[in-house]
Amino acid sequence: MSAIASSPLALCHQSLGARMIPFAGWNLPVEYSGLLAEHKATRQAAGLFDISHMGQVRALGKGALPALASLLANDPAKLRDGEGQYTFLLNQHGGVIDDLFLYRLGSEEYLLVVNASRHLEDLQVLTNSGCKDVLFQGAPGHTAGMALQGPKSPEILSRMLKADHTNPVPPARNRIAKYRLAGHEVLVAATGYTGEDGFEIFTDLSAGPVIWNAVLEAGKTDGLLPCGLGSRDSLRLEAGFPLNGQDLSPEITPIEAGLGFFVDLNQIRPFPGRPVLEEQKKNGTRRLCVGLKGQPGQPPPRHDYPVFQGDRKIGVITSGVPSPTLGHGIALALITTPAPACGQDLEFEVRGRRVPVKVSPRRFIPKK
Amino acid sequence: MNTPSDLLYAKSHEWLRLEKDSATVGITDHAQSELSDVVYVELPKPGRKVTAGEAIATVESVKAASDIYAPVGGEIVEANTALTSDPGLVNREPYGQGWLFRLKPDQPKPTGLLSPTDYAATLPH
Repeated sequence: MSAIASSPLALCHQSLGARMIPFAGWNLPVEYSGLLAEHKATRQAAGLFDISHMGQVRALGKGALPALASLLANDPAKLRDGEGQYTFLLNQHGGVIDDLFLYRLGSEEYLLVVNASRHLEDLQVLTNSGCKDVLFQGAPGHTAGMALQGPKSPEILSRMLKADHTNPVPPARNRIAKYRLAGHEVLVAATGYTGEDGFEIFTDLSAGPVIWNAVLEAGKTDGLLPCGLGSRDSLRLEAGFPLNGQDLSPEITPIEAGLGFFVDLNQIRPFPGRPVLEEQKKNGTRRLCVGLKGQPGQPPPRHDYPVFQGDRKIGVITSGVPSPTLGHGIALALITTPAPACGQDLEFEVRGRRVPVKVSPRRFIPKK
Repeated sequence: MNTPSDLLYAKSHEWLRLEKDSATVGITDHAQSELSDVVYVELPKPGRKVTAGEAIATVESVKAASDIYAPVGGEIVEANTALTSDPGLVNREPYGQGWLFRLKPDQPKPTGLLSPTDYAATLPH
């Protein structure tokens, strides 16, 4: 996309006084009341994020499952109706074209939720795969989406979903189901990008603003705040989640990124990059993604800063941020193996000066 | 945005307050608002000689690191050490306790800076 796309929720953002920035071809809110306030609201109560830029692609037809099984790194055959999994679309070298969430809506209907920056490329790769009896549908800009995240989100959502449907309220982790919300049909998936309990709500363009306003209203007394891309990034990094384009790229494999758990090699199932991943799972990788944590009062780590062990440059920071929850810098870094163990001292360099960090688990906040 | 009338301004959003022998420098209300929550400030050491337009300090918010430029040439005489423990002063009091450093200007009359009105005209709205 050469032009900047406008979110279906653009008017909502405008009336909330959001500060907008271009991101992956979209004009999106970076913050409303302030990054720190939004971050804190999501950790302690709830936050609502516009994710309309996230691509929604359907795989339809009786060839959908075999097609996805021959294209994606996790095994879609493990999914039953209404279940979702994190997975990858890889190139022939095992590098990540996109990391995405795959949901099985029915035996002949799957939903892929993909990164905005990779949406068109994904569609091209899927469509050109030559798979039979499958239709890949879903160009950018035809759907609305929002993420309701935080410890209060199950309560807020449960109050809003009508009690007269057959699906459990709220849906269980990684499940997706249809509901009616504020008078409109929506798909609700229990997933997110913040490390909190939460939901992603997918709907059509016209229902988007109605649902956005209804959720904000319903959560007002719980401390729900509209949240922008700024806090979305600091929240995801505290949870150790990768950002496509930084921590994942066509030059980085899921094994190097430490995400081998989401690569399934159990079945005889050729997919792009599989031989590379098999080799890496067996013999290890030359690089590995590790967590780094700094100390309060030190300059925060940032994307692209070099990492040193003594005098030797051993890697580079792929994502870094001063953690609002922890009060010190946190980062993901791609390091030459053998990667130093957790607790070991490393340094990164910023403005000609070395700053001490310790190797840490990639999840910086406790798991829910 | 607040743009006090007794200060001079750089296009790069620093302000300069001329005093007897020195000048105090900080970032404007507009700049702190754009950066949002400041979490770390790196300041020049006293004694350092700087030239106008030189990047000599860094203000980091959660989002990004931003360079701060010397509005005039001179010698740094003091850095605001209070910012080490409370960098948020830059947001709360950009023209007060959130000042960044003091310098002794090379020239008694600074050149190349904007009046409050001219600076305000460079801001959105």
